[in-house]
Amino acid sequence: MQLSLRDARFRALVFQVVALGAVLTALAYLVSNTVTNLEARKIASGFGFLAREAGFAIGETTFIAYNAADTYLRALAVGLANTFRVALLGVVLATIVGTIVGLARLSPNWLVSRLATLYVEVLRNVPLLVQLFFWYAMISENLPGPRAALKPLPGVFLSNRGIALPTLVTESAHAWIFGAFVLGLLLAWRIAVWARRRQARTGRQFHAFWAGLAISVGLPLVVFVGAGAPFKLQVPALAGFNFSGGATLTPEFAALLAGLTIYTAAFVAEIVRAGVLAVQRGQFEAANALGLHRGLTMRLVVLPQALRVIVPPLTSQYLNLTKNSSLAVAIGYPDIVSIANTAINQTGQAIEGIAIIMAVYLTISLSISAFMNWYNRRVALKGARA
Amino acid sequence: MRKVATVVALGSALALTFATLPAQAQSTLDAVKSKGFVQCGVNTGLAGFSQPDSKGEWKGLDVDLCRAVAAAVFGDAAKVRYTPLTAQQRFTALQSGEIDILSRNTTWTLSRDTSLGLNFAGVIYYDGQGFMVPKKLNVKSAKQLNGATVCVQPGTTTELNLADYFRANNMTFKPVVIEKLEEVTNAFFAGRCDVYTTDVSGLVSTRGSRAPNPADYLILPEVISKEPLGPVVRHGDDKWFDIVKWTLFAMIEAEEMGLSSANIDKMAGDKNPGIQRFVGTNGDLGKMLGLDAKWSYNIVKQVGNYGESFDRNLKPLGFERGINAQWTKGGLMYAPPMR
Repeated sequence: MQLSLRDARFRALVFQVVALGAVLTALAYLVSNTVTNLEARKIASGFGFLAREAGFAIGETTFIAYNAADTYLRALAVGLANTFRVALLGVVLATIVGTIVGLARLSPNWLVSRLATLYVEVLRNVPLLVQLFFWYAMISENLPGPRAALKPLPGVFLSNRGIALPTLVTESAHAWIFGAFVLGLLLAWRIAVWARRRQARTGRQFHAFWAGLAISVGLPLVVFVGAGAPFKLQVPALAGFNFSGGATLTPEFAALLAGLTIYTAAFVAEIVRAGVLAVQRGQFEAANALGLHRGLTMRLVVLPQALRVIVPPLTSQYLNLTKNSSLAVAIGYPDIVSIANTAINQTGQAIEGIAIIMAVYLTISLSISAFMNWYNRRVALKGARA
Repeated sequence: MRKVATVVALGSALALTFATLPAQAQSTLDAVKSKGFVQCGVNTGLAGFSQPDSKGEWKGLDVDLCRAVAAAVFGDAAKVRYTPLTAQQRFTALQSGEIDILSRNTTWTLSRDTSLGLNFAGVIYYDGQGFMVPKKLNVKSAKQLNGATVCVQPGTTTELNLADYFRANNMTFKPVVIEKLEEVTNAFFAGRCDVYTTDVSGLVSTRGSRAPNPADYLILPEVISKEPLGPVVRHGDDKWFDIVKWTLFAMIEAEEMGLSSANIDKMAGDKNPGIQRFVGTNGDLGKMLGLDAKWSYNIVKQVGNYGESFDRNLKPLGFERGINAQWTKGGLMYAPPMR
């Protein structure tokens, strides 16, 4: 390498150093400028506020108990848990609904395929925020108050305060039943492995799925009956202003979950359809020629190939859904953004608050990416470039 | 080799340029004068305080303060641009310099005055937090609200007082926290919450302007906090702080002196030395503030005194003067001497 700009390698190095230097300088300038301004205006900074008492209440909590006397840190943790709850359920439901709609769009049945087309075209073309307002208004404006709640099922109450559901009163026997269920799942998995090996060795088939189902359902059932069938429900009852007892699904959560699921499912449907269409016609015909029926053709021939096309864009949709959950602010669901915004406003520490929000979403998104990339490598063609 | 040196020199010069660019602390008054208008942060729509009318013109007590500042600085109350802000956006907008004044029913508290880097330029409305419930709930006192669902806006002192009040009285509640005023009041009137809480002025205004039938709603007698609402400016610019502070005082003082937009031209010839100073014929109060001698005359002539603004904006909604009357009439409105 010559120390001259005529030398391509040296030139490249110089440009890279200059570019890097410019970025670092800009960054340093922004940071120092911010610090100077914060000091000049006597605005408090630092993360010390996280240990202070938050002083505000949060409408719904997941797993983490919280009251107004707890710290900002705990309040943010509650917000994070709420974000996880809606994102996790949203991803699962959107995948299920999206797959059904996507396959329905390929259906030879005229009505079914047109309905699926209508679903996709309408829902993916209306902004998500509008859909969220729509669902929230549907619930809070159309349902009656708690004192005139609808009763679609015994013990279930539908009102503009949400859906009140009965919950199981937990007893010690329930832990044993759960243990039996886990044991059943493990056994079912062993049976599946054994059946696959035996089929590979001898060619003889075994109904591993049905045997597994029988064990994983049967085992807990036996324990349940053996323990004297402990089954007591705590039914919600109207007390004062609202329902107490049981569990409540709030309108904010329901509207957010419905909006995210239904909107994202429209995109998932198109991804699934594209994936199935990407499998060549000849693959179906070859499977037919081997005598596989429709279900087996789907499971053994089409889906494994379709998944290779489906998984990467599906990852993007999962990421979108998670990030879109921050629209919760608009309808009052206390997610991480909502809580962090409140913390910013009560403490005035906007930079720290925004940094926390960014760090949280970056961490969640990178985790989803990592998981989906791992899954993608599993389903991708061996040796193919990811 | 020379070229390398050039590149390095260029790079370091670039670095120096960036590094030696401190945030230019231009005075707010100069900035306002050079752009030709006052940028004022107001509520997104609170009847009586700041709300656009059917022609899209902003009206209200908080809006009048912005117009008064424009009248004092430019001699033209119309030279204001408005930035509607939610409770959560307001302080960041002021801190970042997006607006020059925050006049948005904002409560004066110690922490806001210090750690947020703000200065409160007096009190334009003495308020307190209250609760509103539908009459059909048959609730007569806030002490009966145990277990209620409460609609509240986030990032407000209201949100904190609410939690404090229920904790102090050993009661529980479920908050429904929505940022936009319109959405949160919609949720309340749709029955999503049993209670809506904010400053009593906000309750009266919301009931009068947004309730499907105002007679169906009751404001409970308990007032659980002190909420002195006032205009806010940034820390560190005393000149601008003085202008906003004395604009508000001029409106209050004018009412006490009996000067109004209707009579100030006639009264300007009065021999009373206080009035002579006020309209700028005598003394140099304007110069001390860095403004025109006719600054306070313009405020009263174009916007009116405090009482006029109150009567124009709040009285039609059913507000009483109460503690917001002049100190001479048993209220708290008191301007230091203008001399």
